[in-house]
Order: sequence, then C-alpha cells, then structure tokens
Amino acid sequence: MTFKPAAARLAIILFCMGLTAPALAQTDDLQEAQQLLKQGQTGRAMERVEQYLKTKPKDARGRFLRGILLTEQNKPTEAIRVFTELTQDYPELPEPYNNLAVLYASQGQYDKARGALEMAIRTHPSYATAHENLGDIYAKMASQAYDKALQLDKGNQAAQTKLNLIKDLFTGGMRPPKVALAQTVPKSAPAPAPPARPITPVPAAPAAQAAPPKPAPAPVVAAKEPVKEPVKEPAPAKATPLANNPDAVLKAVNSWASAWASNDVDGYLARYAPGFKTPDGEPRKTWESERRARIAKPRKIEVRVEAPKVTFNDANRATVTFRQHYRSNTFKVSAGKKLVMVKSGNQWLIQEEIVGG
Amino acid sequence: MKHPLLACALVAAITATALTPSSSTLALGNRPLSPGTGSLLGLGGGSAALGAPEALLVQTLLAIASSQFDIALTEIDKVLLQNPNFRLAHLIKGDLLMARARPISSIGSASDAPMERLADLRDEARARLVRHKQERPLNRVPRALLQLDPAQKYAFVVDTSKYTLYVFENDKGTPRYIADYYTTIGRNGIEKLREGDKKTPLGVYHVTGNLPREQLSKTYGTQSALYGDGAFPLNYPNEWDRRRGRNGHGIWLHGVPFDTYSRPPRASDGCVALTNEDLQAISKHVQVGLTPVIIAQDVEWVEAGSAKTTRNTLQQSIESWRRDWESRDTEQYLRHYSTNFAAGKQDLAAWATQKRSVNADKSWIKVKVDQVSMFLYPGDENLAVVTFEQDYSSSNTSGKMRKRQYWQLEKGGWRIVHEGAA
Repeated sequence: MTFKPAAARLAIILFCMGLTAPALAQTDDLQEAQQLLKQGQTGRAMERVEQYLKTKPKDARGRFLRGILLTEQNKPTEAIRVFTELTQDYPELPEPYNNLAVLYASQGQYDKARGALEMAIRTHPSYATAHENLGDIYAKMASQAYDKALQLDKGNQAAQTKLNLIKDLFTGGMRPPKVALAQTVPKSAPAPAPPARPITPVPAAPAAQAAPPKPAPAPVVAAKEPVKEPVKEPAPAKATPLANNPDAVLKAVNSWASAWASNDVDGYLARYAPGFKTPDGEPRKTWESERRARIAKPRKIEVRVEAPKVTFNDANRATVTFRQHYRSNTFKVSAGKKLVMVKSGNQWLIQEEIVGG
Repeated sequence: MKHPLLACALVAAITATALTPSSSTLALGNRPLSPGTGSLLGLGGGSAALGAPEALLVQTLLAIASSQFDIALTEIDKVLLQNPNFRLAHLIKGDLLMARARPISSIGSASDAPMERLADLRDEARARLVRHKQERPLNRVPRALLQLDPAQKYAFVVDTSKYTLYVFENDKGTPRYIADYYTTIGRNGIEKLREGDKKTPLGVYHVTGNLPREQLSKTYGTQSALYGDGAFPLNYPNEWDRRRGRNGHGIWLHGVPFDTYSRPPRASDGCVALTNEDLQAISKHVQVGLTPVIIAQDVEWVEAGSAKTTRNTLQQSIESWRRDWESRDTEQYLRHYSTNFAAGKQDLAAWATQKRSVNADKSWIKVKVDQVSMFLYPGDENLAVVTFEQDYSSSNTSGKMRKRQYWQLEKGGWRIVHEGAA
C-alpha cells in the first residue's frame, strides 16, 4: 500500500500566507495561479507560480502554492521537498508542517506525519487543524497497530474507501488556517511594496469547515484597502472521485452472494449485466438455464465473500477481487474470484466472472 | 477527557485478574499492584527479569493504570522494537494511540475487529498480568516434586491455571526455582482424554526426544512452522493414562510460529507452547529421557523440605520391597503389590504366578536400586511415580534396567499398582 488512508479531516491547507507584500503584478501572477488551480488547471497554474518564483525565489506564498500544485499533480516526493524547505526557512509557520504531515500520511509514514504535526502545534499551540489532523494520525497509527495485533488483512475494504476519500479531499476540500498568519512576519520578508493587497485566505469547501473563514487581518500598510472578497467560490468537487464509491460496488457483490446463498435465482441472475461474458462463450440463455437448474435446487448453501478489494478502471467500471468461500452439505471450496463490474444506471452489475487466483 | 477512560478500562482489567480465583491452595501472598514501587519490576518472569518482553509489557499496563500514558507508549515501543511480532503489544500500542484520537473504553478498541482474536489477546493480557502478580516461589517447591534423581539436573512443572512453566534446578536433591515462562495450553483446556480433543493432559511425564528446527523441517516440512524453534516430545500417554484408556499422541513442549511472538493462553491442540526465546532458554536444561515434566492444574506449593514425611515413607516402602525381593520370600515380596496391580496384560494373579515360578529356581538374588526419582501425581496425591535404575543379579540371570513403578497409598501403606520398564 503506497497511499495510506487518512481520515476526512486530514486536509492539505491552501491559503495565502500574509508574509510578503509583493509588487502588484507579481501578486496577480499568484492569484491567477490560485484561480487556475481551482479550475483544475494545475499545469497552467504551475507555469504562473514558476513565473512568479523566478523573480521571488524565496517567497513563502509562491513556494507554498507550488507545494500544493505538486501535491495535486501527484508528485508527493517533490511536494514533500518543497514543504520541508519551507519549514526550514520559516520554522515558525505551522501550515507547511501540516501539509507535510498530510503528504507523509498519504504515504503511510505516520510517524513522520506525527512529528510534523507536533512541530506545527509547537509553533502554534492553538492550531486547531493540526490538532485534528494529529488525532487522525493517532487513529491511523492505532489502526495499524490493531492490524498487526489482530493479523488483519491490509487490503481490506475500509482502507479502500478511505483512500478514495482522501483523493476527494486533495481535489476539493481545502480548509483555511484557523490562525491569522499576518502577524507572523518572517525575518526574510522583503521590503513591503506600497500598494499591497490585504491577504485573504482561500475559502474552504463549505462542507469541510466548521466556522466561516475569517480573512486574515490586513497588514497595517494596507489598512485603507478594502478587504477583498474571496478570490473565487469554492471549487466544486470533481465528478469522478465521488462516483468511485467502492461501497456501492461491494453492496452489489454482497447482494449477488446472498441471492445465490438463498437460492434466489432471479435475484442472482439480475446481478449480471446484459453484456455478461459467459464463461465458455455460450449463449446467455444456455448459461442462465444451467445456473437456474443449479441454484434453484432447494438446499442449504453458504457463500461468503472474504476480503474484497475494489479497483476502479474508470468511473463506470470496477474490478472486485476476493476470496469466495462456498459450502453446501456435500461440497466445500474456497477460491480466489474476480468480478468485473459495470455501472448500469444506479446499479453495479457483473460483466465478467473469473475464478482462480 | 480521553485518557482516564483508558486507565479505567485497564485498571478494570487488572482488577478483574485479581478476582480470578487463583489457586486456592497456593500459599503465596499476592503483591499489591502499585506501579512505581519498583520492587514489582524485577518479578517479570524468568527470562532475564527486567527488560524481558513480558516485564516491559506489564510495566506498560501499570503505567497506563497510573495514567502515565507517555511513559506507557515509550515502554510499549521498546517492547515492539525487541519483538516486532508481539501481537498483544501491538494491541496495547493501538489503544494508547487511539486514546489520543478518541475516548476508548476497553483493551483492544479496534473497530470491526474479529472478536475471537481480540478475546484471545485480552486473555493473554490477563494471563500475563496474573503471572506478573504472582510471587516467585523462591523458597517453595511444588508438593509433587518429592525427590529428583541425582542425574536429573532440572525439572519442569507446568501450572495450567497460571499458563506458566516453572523450571527447577536440582540442588543436591532439593528443587530450587530458577525461572518461569508464559505458556500456551490446549484450546479446550486440560484433562486430555481422547485423540483430537485439543486438551492438555495432566500428569507426570518425561521428555522423550529433542527435535530442533532442522530436524522438524526435515521430518515435517512446512507444517512444522507451527512448532517454531524446536520441540520436545513427551511420553503422553504414559502408563497411567493408557491404563485409564486415555489416548492421543504427540503432546510436546514446543515453540511458536515465527510470525508471532507468542500465542494466546489457550490455543494449542494440547501441547504446551512457549515463545521461541523461552523454548531456547529451557532447551539448555533438557535431558532427553530424564527431564520430568509435571503438568498440573493448580500447583500446590509447600515449604522446601516439608514433604519429608511422605518422601521417607515412600522411600522405606521401596527399600522394603527391594529387600523382600532379595529375600526370595515371594509371598512377602508380593505384599507390596496392590490388588489393583496391572502391568500390560498381567494382573496381580498372573504376576504372582510368574514371580513364584521364577524365584523358585534361584539360590540368591541381589537388587540394587539407584537414581530414584519420586513424583506425586497431579490430581491424585495418593499416587506416586517412582523411576530408578535397577541392577538385578541372581544365581541364574542378571540385568540392568530403568524401571518405573506407580505406587498407590492404600490402607496400610504404599503399594505398587504398575511396574514396567521406563
């Protein structure tokens, strides 16, 4: 498992740090980059950020945003490097630590994640996000320990579900810092340029946040500037991750198994897609009548699905692998099984059934 | 707050163990459970006491009981560093971490955990706490160890109700406690009767073989993984078991699979399993064919030397039997045999007939009895297992053998109920 599950609150922080007061044009670069990010155009956003960093290579906001973009582009190693350097250059900022922790957690490196969060809390003891994330990390570490204690299968369903959850969060749910950062001005802050804008946090996705985001207090130099509205409405969650809900797939697998176990032939056959590939390429009718004859026989059987694992090929196609335990009064067999599932309307149906493995 | 709940849960677990009816005959005082007194920490089992995994684990539990969670987490990490496969330690670590995330209410707060495995680990925690609380029998001996043969350097006594194997050293005839270890016994408990009943037999046994790792692999292939580092077969069913119609076979002392540090207290098919580390430790003490392994439900402890009377009476009976045999007064000799006597297919009448005819032809008999060990049978204090080297010579035949007799205390004294080669 390379991408370890993390609970819902473990969200990357995206915000505009009130560290510098750069020239207007440059700030525009950064704001545009943020807007592009919200539209999902990470490539173009990255171009802007890099443009910006050419003139201000040490700038915390620019580098922070670059870290977010690298995370978005699924380049955790580079993102970790960016956030690590930020913690070195600006050790008093909790946010880079927090995001570092999220990245470590996503790689299953919970000890490192814990260390990073503890640093975030040390710099800002009342930093709620880090406290919440730390709680989640402890829960994750606990569940790792429980897995070892109880010899639980790592590829279990819960882990899969959460894995998707965190993907959602990376694309959709950003939360603002709960600490006003404008007060922390790093030593390396460049001389303020006169027409600086007040720095406002990017609003979080509404669902992910408890309190409405408060804009950071404007720096004194910009006191007369009106507080700007948040740059953009929260980015809508992307469509695909929500569709990839393994629970729905597993529900379908379970009702297939229970229809089978209760000799409910119609219920059982209804779980197969119209385009189901029969095992030997026989006509669907032949296959159905054979199954009907077998399954309808009233007898006591047991079908158990163990350790199912769902992989999405795309939003409408998923593969479920599991261990199938079948037991009747005369016969008992356990084998690996693979079901290729397709989404048809609201339902997941079986497209192909492969035994073995 | 979160932590006090965890403390409560564990304190409850610890208290529950205090209520577990511990051996009623046990004359040992329980130590108070007060963490931090330091005196507790040296008690953790025989395997090197302080720093041994079990001692560290128990220290963790005690730290939790006194709400020192950070210490507990540090301690448990130490345990896991040494023993990455110690499942119970992982469970406790899980609890310590989980308590930081949300309130928890019992040991093993894993959600969706398989209940059976969780129950196994909780049982192990309880068993290890009980073990830890037990004062070590520094000046006491199990009543069953009446006398060790001078050649027997060590004796093992398993107390199944404590999930503990005690090692005693033969110190000039007096058994002296040197160590004890957590053990796993049969999943269905004790008093083995039948093949496959997954119970551990109670009785007086001896180690009959030594199967180190290489030997196990050679003989049993991959299946031998279950036995871990090695195995010492015992002579179950012994003469007394067979006589009572008990069957089954393959009761061993052995290690545990390499993917785990230990097994739950009740998990074996009847064998007595120890951690591989502990098995290594006791293997230094094993003499194949000699080392006694007494398996008892509740070991009865007595002051060293207090069994003198029983021992002397039994010794005198053996000596009197020996002399009567030498005297060639067969009727006098036969008085030492119980009406319940049986050896193989021979009952007392058959035995008497044979002895009368054999002795009639002899002009003299000399019997030397040496290297005598005497053990009381667990669960039956009127039965003693006596093993010795017998050097027999007579006017027409002679021979040496290792003999085993079962003596029963009847009205009027000890009598032999079984006799045969050991």
